[in-house]
Amino acid sequence: MSAPTLSPRKATRPRPGHSGPARRDSAREEFLRAVRRNISAHGFLIGAVLCFSLFSWYPMVREFILAFQKNEDGKTTWAGWSNLTYVFNDPAFWQAWRNTLLFTVLALLLGFLVPFVIAVVLNEFRHGQGYLRLLVYLPVMLPPVASVLLFKYFYDPGYGLFNRILAIFHLPEQQWLQDTTTSMLSVVIAATWMNMGGATLIYLAALQGIPGELYEAAELDGAGLLRKIWHVTIPQTRLILSLLLLMQIIATMQVFTEPFLLTNGAGPEGSTTTVVYLIYQYAFNFNNYGSAAALGLVLLVVLAGFSAVYVRLSRSSED
Amino acid sequence: MRSAGLRRTRRISRASAAALVTALALTSLASCGTSSSKDDDSSSSSKGSSDPSAPLDPKTKVTISIDCMPPAAKAAELREWNEDIKTFNEKYPNVTINGKSTPGQCNEPPRFTAMLKGKSQPDVFYAYFSDLQQVLDNDGAEDISAYVTDKTVPALKDIQTQVVDVARKDGKLYGLPTSNYTMGLMINRKLFTEAGLDPNKPPATWEEVRTAAKKIAGLGKGISGYGEYSAGNNGGWHFAATQFGLGGDVVDASGKKAAFNDANGKQVLQQLHDMRWEDDSMGKTQLLKWGDLQKQIASDKLGMFLAAPDDIAYMVQQLGAEYETFGLGPIPGAEGTLFGGNNYLIKKGSSPDQIKAAIAWLNFKNLTPGKGQFDWARTKADKLPVGLPQPNFFLGESKTKDDAARAENATMPVENFKAFMDNPVPGKAEPPKAQEIYKILDNAMSGVLTNKNADVDKLLSTAEKQVNQVLANQ
Repeated sequence: MSAPTLSPRKATRPRPGHSGPARRDSAREEFLRAVRRNISAHGFLIGAVLCFSLFSWYPMVREFILAFQKNEDGKTTWAGWSNLTYVFNDPAFWQAWRNTLLFTVLALLLGFLVPFVIAVVLNEFRHGQGYLRLLVYLPVMLPPVASVLLFKYFYDPGYGLFNRILAIFHLPEQQWLQDTTTSMLSVVIAATWMNMGGATLIYLAALQGIPGELYEAAELDGAGLLRKIWHVTIPQTRLILSLLLLMQIIATMQVFTEPFLLTNGAGPEGSTTTVVYLIYQYAFNFNNYGSAAALGLVLLVVLAGFSAVYVRLSRSSED
Repeated sequence: MRSAGLRRTRRISRASAAALVTALALTSLASCGTSSSKDDDSSSSSKGSSDPSAPLDPKTKVTISIDCMPPAAKAAELREWNEDIKTFNEKYPNVTINGKSTPGQCNEPPRFTAMLKGKSQPDVFYAYFSDLQQVLDNDGAEDISAYVTDKTVPALKDIQTQVVDVARKDGKLYGLPTSNYTMGLMINRKLFTEAGLDPNKPPATWEEVRTAAKKIAGLGKGISGYGEYSAGNNGGWHFAATQFGLGGDVVDASGKKAAFNDANGKQVLQQLHDMRWEDDSMGKTQLLKWGDLQKQIASDKLGMFLAAPDDIAYMVQQLGAEYETFGLGPIPGAEGTLFGGNNYLIKKGSSPDQIKAAIAWLNFKNLTPGKGQFDWARTKADKLPVGLPQPNFFLGESKTKDDAARAENATMPVENFKAFMDNPVPGKAEPPKAQEIYKILDNAMSGVLTNKNADVDKLLSTAEKQVNQVLANQ
């Protein structure tokens, strides 16, 4: 009972000296035998390919086509670059990019650092780590809508918890989500709280994989906490940190749920409108699928660029 | 390499041809299975239904699916729907009506857009007045001009032209109305009385609104005098209504240029800014959207907001408020008011008999005084709201008849809406590209309601530039 394996392609390559129909027949038989031998693997493969084709690749191709089409008075026509021109000329486009980049930077500062620091602290505890892990992960298990409602209450300038706390210390009330200067930061804080559990657990797993001897050696050399983090923890977790950084950049640039739920998508004077929310607006509020697809393409190109640069940099640093 | 590629291409094209043939075969099989009505129609249309203006032959066998059947949670409305089908079937025994119900609102824009794109709308589908262009862009509706006549819709002559015209484009009619609304000023009578104001005289000008709002907010306990939306495109929608009330406009007559960067537009934003920041009469929580103000006024935390009469039904039925709490006046300024509503359109590709059956049903259910939605005696018996000023799209004899039946069966104190009823304000349709414009104007509204130092002129000129851009891209 050996596990099914996909036959290497060279097994079907004809031997020299054989030619014509006989060679083809044996190749076909070989191929059919290989298929029969790997029937269950091919079955799984077909299922996966069908699912990906239907739910990933087809929409991607369709989206690409839509970006160059227009629907007017019942006719679908080719629109050339006009959807892209429309998108680039929309003042909301630049505002959405500014907001998205601001969100990404703030989310990286907070959403990347905070879980790492929490993981380092958690890792230091010898007892009750299981409970602490559960506590940190708990917010992730809350449905996003429940978390958002909670934060909406915290942030409310009329009766919100945060302003009550500020009042205790005789500090001035803040408008939080309702002020253009604080709205995005408020969204990031809520988003970080909602999502940090997962990242913390990944960091913690990476930290626990670091051999204890390294810390002991560092201690013998007289290293304090910060030096241990700098010289042992960070180099040992560099790979996982870089991977999460890349994933976080890609995820934060596609942010939608938190600003959509916390500020109805736009925020004061559009200060929390993100690129993905603008895509949603184009498609579902304005019925402008062409522009939505065009903006989707722009986002794809930008994200692909980020990923390429990152991969390049990480390769060269490994060399 | 090349020949292998060609072979592959040929194989692929053979495979796609086979797939195409299979798909076509399946499609034709599927259409055999699902559109029995169409098969029946073709036979019946050969029996004299070729004249579109002739009413549906009662012998015709036809099936239509219809949007917006009340969900099970609305037991009384659902019972009425089923009763109506029964009565309708007495005259048209061979018409099968398949109701499609949705849990929330009958038309949620994202779902509606997706439905049109997927061509999955029911044969008779529900739309807002402002949806027509979107439907036509997606080739979604049949031209029913030839089918709608005095014979098929006897009350047609009594329906306000403005209401029917909403479903017209380039002289062709695509739908029939089921309800309409105009915006007015909703007040909480309880808070008016507590603040020493006369609830029978809702404020008629913005100065009066401002004074009343200050007094109501003075009651304390977290009560706001006046409330306004500034998110979810609702802020822009109310900006348009307020602007109409002052005699202003959103888009000029050509439909190509923004027309709100004027004294009226400035007044709209400035008065909201001043009420929010100088008078502190609008509460601290802003960025509100549809539903938020209704909750506030239903829980006696808000004195006034711009609304349509059917909001009262929502607040009573869904939020547990009492009809007695609310009053209604005309929109402040009263130079014009935003009007809108809902209609039913018929899916493109429907057979002539399906169109006729749909019109017969819509006529019976929605357009006949004393029947269907206008059977006020039954509505009263089912403990549903009777006495709201709208829908009110009839004129002449039909209006007289309907008004009398409505007054006779009223389940609420209709005198509370006297100011609104006695001072009708001319309605103005929503601008072209309404949702895109509203979204831009949301920013101007949120600007003055969330920023004490908002620059009204700048907000207006930025919005103007953006709206002009949207209109130029029509």
